[in-house]
Amino acid sequence: MASEVEKKAVFDIDSAKEVVQELRASFVAGKTKDYEWRRTQLKAMLKMMDENEPQIVAALRDDLSKPELESSIYEIAMLKNSCKLALKKMKHWVMPEKAKTSLATFPSSAEIVSEPLGVVLVISAWNYPLLLSLDPVIGAIAAGNAIVLKPSEISPATASLLAKLVANYMDSSCIKVVEGAVPETTALLEQKWDKIMYTGNGRIGRIVMAAAAKHLTPVVLELGGKCPVIVDSGINLQVATRRIIAGKWGCNNGQACISPDYIITTKDYAVELVDSFKCELERFYGKNPLESKDLSRVVNSNHFARLLKLLDEDKVSSKIVYGGERDKSNLKIAPTILLDVPQDSLIMNEEIFGPLLPIITIDKVEDSFDLINSGTKPLAVYMFTNNKKLKEKFVEKVSAGGLVINDTTVHLAEPTLPFGGVGDSGMGAYHGKFSFDTFSHKKAVLYRSFAGDAPLRYPPYTNGKLRLLKALLGGSILGIIRALMGWSKA
Amino acid sequence: MLSSMEKSIAELRETFKNGGTKSISWRKSQLKALLQLINQNEDSIFKALDQDLGKSPVESYRDEVGVLKKSVTYTLSCLEKWVAPKKAEVPLLFFPAKAEVMPQPLGVVLIFSSWNFPFTLALDPLIGAISAGNTVLLKPSDLAPACMSFLVETIPKYLDNKAVKVLAGGADIGERLLQLKWDKIFFTGSPRVGRLVMAAAAKHLTPVTLELGGKSPAIVDTLSTTPSKAKVTAKRIVGGKWGPCTGQACIAIDYVLVEEKLASTLIELLKKTIKRFYGENIKSLKNISRIVNKHQFQRLVNLLKDPNVADSIVYGGSVDEEKLVIEPTILLDPPLDSEIMSEEIFGPLLPIITLKNIEESIDFINSKSNPLVIYAFTEDDTFKKRILSETSSGTVTFNDSMVQYRYSI
Repeated sequence: MASEVEKKAVFDIDSAKEVVQELRASFVAGKTKDYEWRRTQLKAMLKMMDENEPQIVAALRDDLSKPELESSIYEIAMLKNSCKLALKKMKHWVMPEKAKTSLATFPSSAEIVSEPLGVVLVISAWNYPLLLSLDPVIGAIAAGNAIVLKPSEISPATASLLAKLVANYMDSSCIKVVEGAVPETTALLEQKWDKIMYTGNGRIGRIVMAAAAKHLTPVVLELGGKCPVIVDSGINLQVATRRIIAGKWGCNNGQACISPDYIITTKDYAVELVDSFKCELERFYGKNPLESKDLSRVVNSNHFARLLKLLDEDKVSSKIVYGGERDKSNLKIAPTILLDVPQDSLIMNEEIFGPLLPIITIDKVEDSFDLINSGTKPLAVYMFTNNKKLKEKFVEKVSAGGLVINDTTVHLAEPTLPFGGVGDSGMGAYHGKFSFDTFSHKKAVLYRSFAGDAPLRYPPYTNGKLRLLKALLGGSILGIIRALMGWSKA
Repeated sequence: MLSSMEKSIAELRETFKNGGTKSISWRKSQLKALLQLINQNEDSIFKALDQDLGKSPVESYRDEVGVLKKSVTYTLSCLEKWVAPKKAEVPLLFFPAKAEVMPQPLGVVLIFSSWNFPFTLALDPLIGAISAGNTVLLKPSDLAPACMSFLVETIPKYLDNKAVKVLAGGADIGERLLQLKWDKIFFTGSPRVGRLVMAAAAKHLTPVTLELGGKSPAIVDTLSTTPSKAKVTAKRIVGGKWGPCTGQACIAIDYVLVEEKLASTLIELLKKTIKRFYGENIKSLKNISRIVNKHQFQRLVNLLKDPNVADSIVYGGSVDEEKLVIEPTILLDPPLDSEIMSEEIFGPLLPIITLKNIEESIDFINSKSNPLVIYAFTEDDTFKKRILSETSSGTVTFNDSMVQYRYSI
């Protein structure tokens, strides 16, 4: 059913205001707070995905040439799992948590109550346009909020499919999709939201946070950066290589916030590593990877040009040791490996977000920690090693959103781990219960009784009261007794 | 050529980078040193608070020194537990993987504190930042200058100067600090400045914690229970309004909601309690702070200038500009669109708003922006549940005031 807003030709500030007003009215009326409502919405989302898998796969193919396996597993299956987990666990998540109380407030009881924030805005990205749109929405629904979803215009087929499906399956008086680009997003950002979650790059992240600051709206920013992979020697090289390939080219052809961006390994090990890559890449994608159906394409000509600029820089193009082929008309670049590109090259100073994998070499594996810490904090850092001490040092020393030892990217699928960045890679986290928490306000509640009203709290203030107060705040029964007896010092 | 401010911050970054704040033993030593600072300087702290705000030692101990001692002691006892990684369950699909969530310090943290609880609001966040392993720059409010000077002079004598620094100054220093990149900013103050802090932080993608304020109401539904409960209610309201810095506290009771038919009972009880606690009139006022400065004094006096507001005064109203004192003042049903009912009062003026039925208080509160605290004096369990589920606030406290902060864990 088309709403008033959709009938208007342009989605402007007034349209955005109307949308927020409608959702706020729904929220205030208690629609989204209702537990059964949350369950029916989540079930509707599951049904939506079950009944539309071919259409979703087709839209993702249109937008990204995403292989069917990636669409089915990394987008649809992951979303369904997220929905099912919320349906299963929500009854526990919504329960208030008891909190301990201290001697000083005896007798009292305390709890922490989760309540919805209100009307929230989810702005998602183009690379996993289904997952990054609906996964936050699952959390927002479970927490009882009304929601506006703004999918990315860079994946337009998926955006418009989402708009259609959400309107057909879910409660449009509480959950809306607004399509559009910069003007529409700007109009939305002018409004007052109770929370904004943004997935994308740091430049826009700053704009989102600045807009939120005007209304004191809290934000979650899922950003990116360069995710390094440290490769030590003495490992199962074949498994490590396969896992790196799966995390790099197997994830939307490197266009993922948690894709391995570059590799750090020792000078001694580099050659062996490169050979292993050549072998496994050919096994996975054949001798003509530009023709492989198992690789997404580069999303659009802007990004294609951007990637070529990184690849064709003078001091970089000579460092290609595998790949480098490109097909402009189909927006494809073959899996490409580069060895020892200079630190001051473009490719080493911006997030690659594509199928190019530089390998830089150092003398000792431990040197990689300082190297990584000298840059901005990554969203993820991966390390392949069997050395126990090295693992411990890695976890202790390296600061990043998430760390994975002996694999890449899989931590995303782990709902008991908070997924999010730190520093330039973002703020806030979600997945599993963390999604529920991120879209909730944790309200502190203290229940006091009228019994035991201590006069020492109130004026007139005397030295005796001061003594007793000190003892009470000190928390020791003996101290209190001494103060009552007048034995302690003031 | 770096300014001394930039050099200080560079030193904090260097200390963090070199791992100077990482070890549990360092963090514990700093917390113990802070405890020593408080224990050994109690009198100077009381003196500074008296100078800046006219706080009595009991108020100063209850709301500042005592709170801080408790906070440090609690942190010391829990630190090892807080620092330890937490195991996370791993689904069968990933067997045999292990997972954990590991707390890590953010880096260099900026703390802005406010003038009304100049020790608590500066040192309590500092305790958190140190226990998490960060280096810190603390910028106390210059509107409590004696307390600010005390912190500037005393902290370097007890804490690690390379990791914890205190900077004196006013809004201009604050603005310069906000231009720089921090790993976290912790701000306590007004929503207006909170917006500026967050906007500045946005440029560097710096996460912020903003402790702001608002109008914290007290719903009163216990006057017709028993006389003793009514008396305790009155004491707790008076204690929760004028007790903390004469109402200049983010969690002070801002205004009261009560049923029409019980308004006069409440007012009589409040008057009796005020006189007993604070004295008969403005000349004999005691056990109460003063207004922090002329600017705040004028702001509060202006709230009473509107003739409709002035007409609604039922107790108090006298002011002493020289001593910066406004006596505890009660107003009955000032106009709802007056400034006193739309701005956070942050002072010793207590509007009482009457309703036909106490349940209307829920809609009344919801018509305004979310308060920091809702105080509800009621023994009706159904009403309690409704308040909890139908209103939104930072905290809800039933049948008391202020304690949730002072004695919170």
